[in-house]
Amino acid sequence: MSKIGSSNPVIKWIDHRLPVFTFMQHELHEYPTPKNLNYFWNFGSLAGIILVTMIVTGIVLSMHYTAHVDYAFDSVERIMRDVNYGWLIRYVHMNGASAFFVVVFIHIFRGLYYGSYKAPRELLWMLGVVILLLMMATAFLGYVLPWGQMSFWGATVITNLFSAIPFVGEPIVTWLWGGFSVDNATLNRFFSLHFLLPFVIVGVVVLHIVALHTHGSNNPVGISIKNNDDQIPFHPYYTIKDLFGLGVFLVVFSWFVFYAPNYLGHPDNYIQADPLQTPPHIVPEWYFLPFYAILRSITFDILFLEAKLLGVIAMFASIAILFILPWLDRSPVRSARFRPVYRQFFWILVIDCVILGIVGANSPDDPVFSGAKWFQYIHLGMISTAYYFFHFLILLPLLSIFEKTNPLPTSINEPVLGGGKATAMAAAKPMEKA
Amino acid sequence: MYKALSGVLGLLMLLSPSSTCAAGTTAEVPAQVWSFKGLFGTFSRPSLQRGYQVYNEVCAGCHGLRLVAYRNLAEIGFSEKQVKKIAASMTVKDGPNDEGEMFERPGRSSDRFVSPFPNKQAARSANNGAYPPDLSLIVKARIGGADYLYSLLTGYKEPKKVTEVPEGMYYNLYYPGQLIAMPSPLSEDGVEYADKTKATVDQMARDVTTFLAWTAEPELESRKRTGVKVLLFLIILTGMLYAVKRKIWANIH
Ligand code: HEC
Ligand code: HEM
Repeated sequence: MSKIGSSNPVIKWIDHRLPVFTFMQHELHEYPTPKNLNYFWNFGSLAGIILVTMIVTGIVLSMHYTAHVDYAFDSVERIMRDVNYGWLIRYVHMNGASAFFVVVFIHIFRGLYYGSYKAPRELLWMLGVVILLLMMATAFLGYVLPWGQMSFWGATVITNLFSAIPFVGEPIVTWLWGGFSVDNATLNRFFSLHFLLPFVIVGVVVLHIVALHTHGSNNPVGISIKNNDDQIPFHPYYTIKDLFGLGVFLVVFSWFVFYAPNYLGHPDNYIQADPLQTPPHIVPEWYFLPFYAILRSITFDILFLEAKLLGVIAMFASIAILFILPWLDRSPVRSARFRPVYRQFFWILVIDCVILGIVGANSPDDPVFSGAKWFQYIHLGMISTAYYFFHFLILLPLLSIFEKTNPLPTSINEPVLGGGKATAMAAAKPMEKA
Repeated sequence: MYKALSGVLGLLMLLSPSSTCAAGTTAEVPAQVWSFKGLFGTFSRPSLQRGYQVYNEVCAGCHGLRLVAYRNLAEIGFSEKQVKKIAASMTVKDGPNDEGEMFERPGRSSDRFVSPFPNKQAARSANNGAYPPDLSLIVKARIGGADYLYSLLTGYKEPKKVTEVPEGMYYNLYYPGQLIAMPSPLSEDGVEYADKTKATVDQMARDVTTFLAWTAEPELESRKRTGVKVLLFLIILTGMLYAVKRKIWANIH
């Protein structure tokens, strides 16, 4: 039944038959939200806005793009030179991909810090990981489309990974390529899939948001809403806060689009693909670097498993592990604010991931410090890969048992009543949001 | 969390200079002053036109510019008549005509720059097996961009150490590996500038680099002009959104 407060007869007529207005009122207007969310809660809606932007710019680009090995590179240059504002559309799409990963990485680490993956939000979290995987696939496919040197050689390296699968590896690679090398058939299917996947992401994001709205947002103190004093309606409080955050984001984003549009790209991708000439360094886009480092860190066979296969397994495992995170970390306390030991290790994990990124950008056998030739990037990569898995597989389960957490506040609204140092801090924190 | 975050960022800033990707053993490319750098950068028109002259009289013998059309030259200050004349001086292969024959005709403004060689093989065979790349995008396609191109063109120095320079190769301080198959293309007074500027090697290198920066990014000027407006608008809008946010949140504690 319609519960909409509007007196407009048209709106009432529609809502009585199809309650879209009631739905919007409920999910966007009244939707109760903890009052203490800080700016790290802006990144989810930012990701959604970027997703829409990517789809809009992508559709315009596809109106001018030609998916053929002989024309792809030139058709992109036509967009840059002859299509009205084509350069703007392409640069927004290109830098939008990077921005998407920046925003989603922050969004994920927010979840890690405040324990947003814990009950009852496990499925919400897992849907997020699915989104991450889909985003990575989409970005990889998209990078191939301009058919530059990095497009071609990146596609060759990554698709070749599947040849590590025992017995069926080679046939699978041939099947992926649609031939015996990365060629026109490959480019065509990559374009088709690159067009498709963002809409799959939209579908999963809808589920992600349904799951979110079932139990509502977590919050910086990590305790659930107890009563009305803890919550405020989403609109206008968080709509305006999200809009302000969007403004800040757009300022930074525009700076890249208008003043450093190729800063995050590789110059080699402005050279047309040439299957006969391998570039000196084949490096993936920056957001894949940590995963690339993990892939290359396994240089030894274990029993009958070859190093190459193990590398691929490790790389996929580094993401797959996030699926079981809610069951690895059994600590009943969500927010790292009340977990003094976990908090330290959280930051070590952040640094570890950045180091993995740096390792991914460098040649494995270059020395890390010019003073110590024996210590190469491959070694740093092995250590940081090992630490990454150590954090999730060993540290988190142990912390769940042994960590002495600080006392929790009694409610979001009256954290002071709980007493203790940490709670006093939590009480001071909500000021940040203003 | 904010405090710890800034700590981590600070730490990473300390780490990063030592860890940026090393570009090999070649000499560091010194930064140059360019009219097209910066927030309000524009291409200097006289330099662009001189640069076109250098390209046309020197580089065009070996290097193509296939992504640029003759009509684009109007954007850098050539008159329509000049553009037509430049285009007409080239021979373009067209066809088939009504009899099914391919034929040659003088170039039109709408044609793209005619490349000196019909294909890669022809280019290689005329250059001792080395391939002179198309220059349309060269400034975007090299680490260091315009600075690199300028350095390359002026980098034909005497080797510091005794280096074995094989037949058909030339020593260049800035080329990766230092041995390049392109002979030094610029020599003192190699062109006679239409605007009477003295054609030193440095001047020609600067001009042709400016010209090739334009061919790589013909949108640069309108991009930067738009950027200033967009940024100003966004900063003001964001400031206003912040004020509204403060007001709406004023009574929440
Ligand atoms: C005699 C023919 C010839 C002329 C004239 C010539 N080049 Fe080249 N150029 C070459 C060849 C051959 C190569 C390939 C070099 C190699 O692969 O070692 C080359 C390579 C280059 C490169 C690529 C360097 C790199 O980083 O890979 C640039 C840039 C370049 N030339 C610019 C110019 C410019 C600008 C001019 C005009 C001022 C010019 N060339 C004139 C033959 C020529
Ligand atoms: C296309 C990418 C994504 C979009 C559009 C998206 C969208 C959103 C939105 C709008 C919210 C609510 C606002 C917020 O809490 O920040 C949210 C919450 C959440 N997202 Fe995502 N998300 C994306 C990817 C991910 C990924 C990759 C993960 C984790 C791997 C993830 C995990 C979560 C979690 C756990 C929450 C609940 C947070 C909380 O309430 O504390 N999301 N998402």
